[in-house]
Amino acid sequence: MSDTTTPKHVSFLEYQGKYKGILGWILSTDHKRVGLLYLYTMLVFFSLAALLGLLMKLQMLAPGYTIMGPQTYNAMFTVHGIIMIFIIVVPGLPAVFGNFFLPIMIGAKDVAFPRLNLLSWWVYVIGILVVLSSQFIGGWPDTGWTFYAPYSFQTPVNILPALFGAFILGFSSILTGINFVVTIHRMRAPGMTWFKMPLFPWTLYATAWIQILATPVIGITLLLTVMERLLGIGVFDPRLGGDPILYQHLFWIYSHPAVYIMILPGMGAISEILPVFSQKRIYGYKAIVLSSLAIAFVGYFVWGHHMFTSGMSGRALYAFSFLTFLVAIPSAIKVFNWVATMHKGSLNMQTPFYWATSFIFVFMIGGLTGLVLGSLATNVHVHDTYFVVAHFHFIVFGGTGYAFMAALHYWYPKMFGRMYDAGWANIGWATFFGGFLTLYLPMFVLGLQGMPRRYYDYLPEFHSTHIISTLGAILMIAGAMIIITNLVRSARHGKKTTEKNPWGGLTLEWQTDTPPTLENWEEIPTINEHPYEYK
Amino acid sequence: MADMEKHAEHSAHVHRDDEGDKLGMWLFIFTELLLFGMLFLMYAVYRYKNPEAFLLGGKELDVFMGTLNTVILLISSATVAMSISAIQKGNKKLALILLGITLLIAVVFLVNKYFEWGAKIDYGFYPGSALLHELGHGTTLFFGLYYVMSGIHALHILIGIGLFIYVAMQIRKDKIHSTDYIWLENTGLYWHLVDLIWIFLFPLFYLIH
Amino acid sequence: MSEEKHHISSYKSHAFVLLALLVLTAASVAVTSLEMGPFNTAVAMIIAGCKAAIVLIWFMHLKFDNKLYAIFTTLVLVIFLLVLYVTFFDYSYR
Repeated sequence: MSDTTTPKHVSFLEYQGKYKGILGWILSTDHKRVGLLYLYTMLVFFSLAALLGLLMKLQMLAPGYTIMGPQTYNAMFTVHGIIMIFIIVVPGLPAVFGNFFLPIMIGAKDVAFPRLNLLSWWVYVIGILVVLSSQFIGGWPDTGWTFYAPYSFQTPVNILPALFGAFILGFSSILTGINFVVTIHRMRAPGMTWFKMPLFPWTLYATAWIQILATPVIGITLLLTVMERLLGIGVFDPRLGGDPILYQHLFWIYSHPAVYIMILPGMGAISEILPVFSQKRIYGYKAIVLSSLAIAFVGYFVWGHHMFTSGMSGRALYAFSFLTFLVAIPSAIKVFNWVATMHKGSLNMQTPFYWATSFIFVFMIGGLTGLVLGSLATNVHVHDTYFVVAHFHFIVFGGTGYAFMAALHYWYPKMFGRMYDAGWANIGWATFFGGFLTLYLPMFVLGLQGMPRRYYDYLPEFHSTHIISTLGAILMIAGAMIIITNLVRSARHGKKTTEKNPWGGLTLEWQTDTPPTLENWEEIPTINEHPYEYK
Repeated sequence: MADMEKHAEHSAHVHRDDEGDKLGMWLFIFTELLLFGMLFLMYAVYRYKNPEAFLLGGKELDVFMGTLNTVILLISSATVAMSISAIQKGNKKLALILLGITLLIAVVFLVNKYFEWGAKIDYGFYPGSALLHELGHGTTLFFGLYYVMSGIHALHILIGIGLFIYVAMQIRKDKIHSTDYIWLENTGLYWHLVDLIWIFLFPLFYLIH
Repeated sequence: MSEEKHHISSYKSHAFVLLALLVLTAASVAVTSLEMGPFNTAVAMIIAGCKAAIVLIWFMHLKFDNKLYAIFTTLVLVIFLLVLYVTFFDYSYR
């Protein structure tokens, strides 16, 4: 497998190693193939979860039974949540673009542990299969993706596949985290000091630490829930002396940092795209680095803001609210830096740029409404209402989702050696964006008016707003279908390109072949400059 | 970093980076610290809420057994550390002997645990038992945590045993030797972690006063 | 990497470390019989902390390896302790 036998300039897509055909992909330790394996897997399950979401919206088109009853609705939002959270947005950008581009952007030939990398994908697939097996073993879980005690250990539905599946998925996340930290520490090209490393790798670094330190918490929590259900240990069961709120503490001690796993790499991708499409140096590189690390750190201590109405002490309420406002600051710094980057830049109005700017828009809405939720007095009014649902869809779907789309449209030509149809990409974006806003903005109104979340039925006064929201869902999904069709078609039939640097970027991936060869570099580059020095 | 390039010229598969492997091991250790850390957090909360019951629960546990297990586990940490020194000095035989002692202690620890648990279960202390129900919430939680924490700890000992067997086989085949022993070092780190957990489990469960 | 010089701990140093750990263990058990009220737990935890530190510094080689590992380990412990501390904002004040 040494360089003397690898033909030069064979793209990684065509490279034939020890295994042929599909085995050459699912047994490949090439970080680029692993990244694409994640992408393809996510495409399948995102579509499934989106379908569940659409079905939910159809149910909510009118009060009462429309297309499903309460038990089915509970199962729908549970599985929708489990897939979207554990299978799509947590692995998210790191699994796809981190795997594909981290080694290239730091001038390496692969990650530190290529076989561990492949293992993390396999563990991911096994976790998914275990979760979905619940369809055949006792029915879909109905607890919500949050598996709150005591219902999670009392529900008549067989919750074990969901709990085990999520547990297994956690390992995939941990392995990726370990791989990325070691890769960044040990494999940066000569001359690439920490502060010459581009921003996407920096955010992957901060994220990897969260994956390492936070994921074990959900692991043990899920395990304890299984034990509570099977053995009656007592730790979460009030009948035995346990405290269900302690479950919530443990659950959110992971799940809050998890949202930073979701968003930080997205912010990193945006920080790569905006300088390129403004042809201008990123404003405040160090501030973005430090604020990413700050978010990762402070993010460990705000979890209680998911629990303001649970019964915590007053002191906890104040502490968590205060810390929550604190963690908003570094995020705001980033938004400022992005806008400042674009200011007086030479803007290249193309698809990645549209996604990046609309990202900032929806992320801001998500973030600002987060302040409403983080503030105690207002939280009481909107907790567990559609306001929360709107907030997290803006910040997670809007945040991670739009950043993912931006990254995909940005790095696409490099990954596939083909270009997508820009016209359809933009139509898709516009349709999706319009649908997204129509779907989720009304939910803020519903929440403020008192519509509870996770309810399959509602009072007639909420009807017209629900109709608007459901129409938005249909529009958004139409947009998604345009986007996905365009990208999937173009991967095979799009205009071929070997152009190394179609957008005029300055980071290392734009110096490799398009698509990259197996080991990315014939010769590891030496770095002399900061990554964003546009002339 | 220049050294990296020499190795990097070959295919990625012969890329060797002991320091990177060690870093990876430490990161894995951090995941374990958080995993057990959360269990200790739960212990702290429930002990805070049920001080008398935890005190009484602690008295039910066999201090002699606990101390014995603590002592032998500490010795096993020393022997695995010494086995690394032995390998570094090229003393293959001594390394294997020390590793063997470590392995033996690990097995003894598990055997002790088996008898400890057996005695408790026979007496009626097990999750869902009538006795625990009678004794109330605090005692139920104490034993719940006891079984979960010492059980997961024991699972880690079992995994350690597997690692020792593998590493011993590699040493015998000279795959691990004085200039390539990262596997042994990392196994040692893992074992010390197992010891660290027990260092806290012991006083919190056996020495409550 | 085989070119790097690795510190080799002597058997003697490992033996001394073990001795220290055993002494602390004995102390831990002995202290249980003393009546110190709430301080019993504190003392037990301090002794355990010392034992843990000794294992980390000597057996796990933090003293002799790249400072990075020691920094990271400290950071992780700090994060854990802070999480514990913040959790008790709830439980201590209910």
